[in-house]
Amino acid sequence: MADEAPSFKRELLATLPSLRAFAVSLSGRHDKADDLVQDTMMKAWAKQDSFQMGTNIKAWLFTILRNEFYSQMRKRGREVQDTDGAFTERMSVHPSQYGVMDMADFRKALDGLPADQREAVVLIGASGFSYEEAAEICNCAVGTMKSRVSRARTRLQDVLGVKGEADYGPDAVSAQVTAHNF
Amino acid sequence: MKDKTKMNEMSVPRPRRTEDGLGANSDIGAKLRAYYGAVQDQPIPDKFLDLLEKLDEVERAGKGKAR
Repeated sequence: MADEAPSFKRELLATLPSLRAFAVSLSGRHDKADDLVQDTMMKAWAKQDSFQMGTNIKAWLFTILRNEFYSQMRKRGREVQDTDGAFTERMSVHPSQYGVMDMADFRKALDGLPADQREAVVLIGASGFSYEEAAEICNCAVGTMKSRVSRARTRLQDVLGVKGEADYGPDAVSAQVTAHNF
Repeated sequence: MKDKTKMNEMSVPRPRRTEDGLGANSDIGAKLRAYYGAVQDQPIPDKFLDLLEKLDEVERAGKGKAR
């Protein structure tokens, strides 16, 4: 069957939306992110023989994209990070439970994080990887990954002025307890 | 008096946190997923699909044999 799509191609295709979201999260810009995805696709294609079909292609592709991102950063040297305004424009036409301003604020907060914390919180909080997978992608220890996520979360909460999930219930309880004791 | 206040504070159960605090009830987790999802839900740009087709074609031509 000459027309049968090889499954490497199909799996690569299936991972593209998430890969792209990761690229935008890392670079903060749509144009750069798309270049990054394109480079990743070519790299991945060239070394597809080294990929074991049936293993985690998503983690494999994310690793390639991440390496590509950092190697491009090194080549370019220090560059002023400037997030594109096109991003918020795009967001405004996308149905979302959050407003455009919220989204822009969130992007700014994300940009304020050190790169290692940013990728950590995205991989764990949005891409759906386990700590073990994320640690492998970032080539660090699982404990390191956990502490990066934790620091990123705390910092985002501070910057955005929101509370963590555990703050609702216990706060109500503690208020009651305090009142009772007085 | 000061000591009593301190004691009261100590007796209050500390908020229990989940391991990463990015779960379903977390504001940060929700914002993160909304942000990420907004990009992820966009249609795949044609240039990516074209590139994939091209890579596939080149490979087939290079191999010179039917798969």
